[in-house]
Amino acid sequence: MKIPPVKTILDGKGVERVLSRLTHEILEKNKGASEIVLVGIASGGIPLSRVIRKKILAIEGVEVPAGFVDITLYRDDLAKAGYQTRLKRTEIPFSIDEKKVILVDDVLYTGRTIRAAMDALMDFGRPRNIQLAVLIDRGHRELPIRADYVGRNVPTSRFETVEVRVEGNPEEWSVFLAETPAGKGE
Amino acid sequence: MEWRRRHVLGLSDFRPEEIEFVIDTARSMEEVLTRDIKKVPALRGKTVVNLFFEASTRTRTSFEMAGKRLSADVVNFSSSTSSITKGETLLDTARNIEAMKPNILVIRHPASGAPHFLSRHLSCSIVNAGDGANEHPSQGLLDLYTILKAKGKVAGLKIAIVGDILHSRVVRSDLHSLGRMGAKLWLCGPATLVPREMARTGATLTSDIREAVRDADVIIMLRIQLERQKTSYFPSLREYSRMYGLNRPLFSLAKDDAVIMHPGPINRGVELSDELADCHQSLVLDQVASGVAVRMALLYLLAGGSHAAH
Repeated sequence: MKIPPVKTILDGKGVERVLSRLTHEILEKNKGASEIVLVGIASGGIPLSRVIRKKILAIEGVEVPAGFVDITLYRDDLAKAGYQTRLKRTEIPFSIDEKKVILVDDVLYTGRTIRAAMDALMDFGRPRNIQLAVLIDRGHRELPIRADYVGRNVPTSRFETVEVRVEGNPEEWSVFLAETPAGKGE
Repeated sequence: MEWRRRHVLGLSDFRPEEIEFVIDTARSMEEVLTRDIKKVPALRGKTVVNLFFEASTRTRTSFEMAGKRLSADVVNFSSSTSSITKGETLLDTARNIEAMKPNILVIRHPASGAPHFLSRHLSCSIVNAGDGANEHPSQGLLDLYTILKAKGKVAGLKIAIVGDILHSRVVRSDLHSLGRMGAKLWLCGPATLVPREMARTGATLTSDIREAVRDADVIIMLRIQLERQKTSYFPSLREYSRMYGLNRPLFSLAKDDAVIMHPGPINRGVELSDELADCHQSLVLDQVASGVAVRMALLYLLAGGSHAAH
């Protein structure tokens, strides 16, 4: 079998720089961090929201509340999906009422995950607004959803998948493009 | 792992990793129950039918609540208000309900094996909510869940189950859920109500409650099912209560941090003294709360898409 070609989009330093810029954009648009809360979408968004939280602490000296949300129970394809897979955890141990919620995910693709995440957030309270930060926007939207903060726009085909590794040693963080048999990788 | 089961008929053939999968799913469900809005859209458009041929408030309400928290439509049929009293057979009743296209049928029946029988004739998923003296799988799982939550583990714990072991479907499910996860189980009751064959499960049998309770981590008291005592297994309720009822002096033989459980409904003053039923070491109400989360997990896992096509 042929080994599928892999194209690196960002290396460790690249991810670091992109997240620094995203953090500055978030702070600029919201005029500081006072009303911000971060919510990472499980699993890919969680490590990214941790990095952004650390950067906000370094820049503004503010520890913003951070949680995460699993969207499995809000999917629109539950009935069509195969056998049930393991649920992930949701943990938003603070009120989001009247807060500016920064939803964080690794890859923005069809937009369906974001729709589900917004529905989930609405069950936790009534945020002042929801903003979306993603590391990679790969296109192919199926819903009218766009990100407020985008790390990198990467044109892809549906037969490719974007892999994001932002855990462990920062020097080994990476984002790369690989070919897959089916349109997976949202 | 992926969930591949279509029915939950009993825990006897559950592998440990399947039990663990349900428990893990129930933990996520419990989080949903802590929110302001205790409802998720996971089972929107699915129908759950509760078909109860025996009186039950707790289990039926628990399944109903679980279905509704997941946004399923829940319909209740109970034997006292339906054509069952007009002489319809079980299969006819079930087929008629199936014609209305439910996704999951939750059944309680006085005959052991009734859910298994239906699973061979119907195409929807079947959940056993108690069949005769056979099994009550959701109770077995919620007992495990409750103990894990209180104690952090089950392996190595001494768990005493006291009462009418012979007629108890709760015991038969607990033996699988708790036994398979490594608990040391003691089954205790009057000799007439503790079948010798149960020693094969690895549990220790005794008719001395002091022996069962001594150094126990968990004590599960079973309800004396007065409606099932067709022949006399013990001389009188009063004598039973004196010999096998749990009270403060007996409970003091257990470990200091021991907990008391009961599948309900409690016959106060028979299995459990008032004082113990309401003490802070009683997990009876925690069991009820866990029940909803565990049943949500079961309904969610059974409602997955592809097995509808099988």
